[in-house]
Amino acid sequence: MSTVAGVDAVERRPQPTDVSLRPSSARVGERIVKASMIACAAVSIATTIGIVVALLGPALQFFREVSVVRFLTETEWTPRFENPHYGIWPLVSGTLWTTAIALLVAVPLGLGSAVFLAEYASPRVRSTIKPVIELLAGIPSVVYGYFALTFVAPTVLQGLFNVEVGTFSVLSAGLVLGVMIIPTVASLSEDALSAVPSSLREASYGLGANRMRTVTRVVFPAAISGIAAALVLALSRAVGETMIVALAAGSQARMVGSATQEGQTMTGFIAQAASGESVVGSLQYNTLFAVGLTLFVVTLIINIISIRLVQRFREAY
Amino acid sequence: MATPVTESTLQADAPAVDEAPPQQRAVPASEPEADSPPNVSIGSVAEGRELDESSRAVLTCHDVSIYYGAFRAVNQVTMDVRTHEITALIGPSGCGKSTVLRSLNRMNDLIVGSRVTGTIAYHGTDIYSRGVDPIEVRRRIGMVFQKPNPFPKSIYDNVAYGPRVTGMKVDSMDDAVEQALRSAALWDEVKDKLKQSGMGLSGGQQQRLCIARTIAVKPEVILMDEPCSALDPIATARIEDLMIELRADYTIVIVTHNMQQAARVADRTAFFTAEAAEGTGDRTGHLVEFDLTSKIFSNPSDKRTEDYISGRFG
Ligand SMILES: Nc1ncnc2c1ncn2[C@@H]1O[C@H](COP(=O)(O)OP(=O)(O)O)[C@@H](O)[C@H]1O
Ligand SMILES: [Mg+2]
Repeated sequence: MSTVAGVDAVERRPQPTDVSLRPSSARVGERIVKASMIACAAVSIATTIGIVVALLGPALQFFREVSVVRFLTETEWTPRFENPHYGIWPLVSGTLWTTAIALLVAVPLGLGSAVFLAEYASPRVRSTIKPVIELLAGIPSVVYGYFALTFVAPTVLQGLFNVEVGTFSVLSAGLVLGVMIIPTVASLSEDALSAVPSSLREASYGLGANRMRTVTRVVFPAAISGIAAALVLALSRAVGETMIVALAAGSQARMVGSATQEGQTMTGFIAQAASGESVVGSLQYNTLFAVGLTLFVVTLIINIISIRLVQRFREAY
Repeated sequence: MATPVTESTLQADAPAVDEAPPQQRAVPASEPEADSPPNVSIGSVAEGRELDESSRAVLTCHDVSIYYGAFRAVNQVTMDVRTHEITALIGPSGCGKSTVLRSLNRMNDLIVGSRVTGTIAYHGTDIYSRGVDPIEVRRRIGMVFQKPNPFPKSIYDNVAYGPRVTGMKVDSMDDAVEQALRSAALWDEVKDKLKQSGMGLSGGQQQRLCIARTIAVKPEVILMDEPCSALDPIATARIEDLMIELRADYTIVIVTHNMQQAARVADRTAFFTAEAAEGTGDRTGHLVEFDLTSKIFSNPSDKRTEDYISGRFG
């Protein structure tokens, strides 16, 4: 009886008439979306290539007149003297000093705030403090520059801490530069820490680990690639920041030997030289591009090194 | 029934003890305590193991209610967990099994707004009383989670993590790691790749790694929250065998939604359910029946247990 009913059911079931597995429509929308995504990605790649090409032309002109060896070995940067020297090292030393001081400020403070926000603060505290920190990122750097010049150098360094610094120093510029990049470190690191699955924290607590050990041995290593990305971005911003160092570090390009000296950074030189008049195609004009290219290469090297480091130490979850 | 109070050192300021409290076998069954029920025949459930009705309670819950903010998730649970037994918590989903389990080693502390009333005593010490360090509690009462959660570290470092962070003194970390992996029935599969990431193992292996990691700190009690729910039947069977082996050295509490699993491994079973409260409509979980597994599955005293067991709801 049931068999008969079963056969009946099979026979009565409508047979599918269309068994084609070809796409039922051209899926135009999807293609448009995909094409526009590719276009977006292409814009940024094209821009990067464009910048390199634009830098490369005048920079190569420059190196036709000044030998690369002298550029990379001499320690005097006096492009406007009658007997000019084009050794890049004074500018590099200025950049290194301001960047190093900035990192000394921003890494501990930024990572400290990130760990506090992600691991210790209650959700309410976090949602109040994080926007405040991010607000720091919205202040124009020219304001930071004047802050360094008119407050940090005279009032904080000379007045409060009795440091013997002049109006211009890599110290005051570096400190303020550090404050400027705290939000980059803090905010992105906090995102990386918060993204670590809470199951890993629970596993650690479940084994009798305290909060500090859980943070330092589980959460931090698991978030290291995001944290490193934050640090690299902050570092690149410090290397590339112009206004603060142009205003507060000084305008004399010379080898910087201590934090209290003044010095000029690569970006500081570019800002200064670009605001003067230089004829397109002149050596003076080409000098800008040689320095710009150096800056580009330095940033690139930093990025490559950090990617390598992250790949070695990361604990992917 | 009197709970024997052993010296327990959960106080934050007390020096950490290296040994878990003595896990002595209780007095012979021929001398049952006055108020313990008569010997019950166990039948085919739980391998026909003779249970010692006078065995000591490791954890005693009395009138335990657990809240998340204003929401009462679990109401007035009274039960105890006895040494060298497997206790299963079963019931429909959302009835508060995980909540109860997590309250047993203060994992619930990590959830903002959670609160426990009543008493949960570990060898007579209320683990929620002042001066008790949750870290010490968790060192003695370890936890294995629903989803295998090995650290993104090497297999070796996963197992060595607990002893390292709790400052346990071990003669040789290599030996400690090997021993824990052997106890978790994982050693033969991983002994040649201890330096590889624990994340590279299969799901079942990852879960056994998590068990090894828990065993490595030598807890007295192991809490397991649906440890097999993410595993295939073969991996599940291995973990079940493992639990039965571990019972000789540890006391185990397991949450499971799988009734066959409870019937296979547990000595005692607690059946929870959630009923909507009048007025608010909040579904608050509570303990319906707690008894020998054989009794729960063959002759439950509550109608709701019977319905659940026979698959009429949940
Ligand atoms: N972290 C939490 N915050 C708020 N409510 C929760 C939380 N965890 C669980 N609950 C609630 O507590 C009740 C019991 O949940 P749970 O213990 O996970 O049940 P089970 O493990 O039996 O499925 C549910 O109503 C659930 O929504
Ligand atoms: Mg659960």
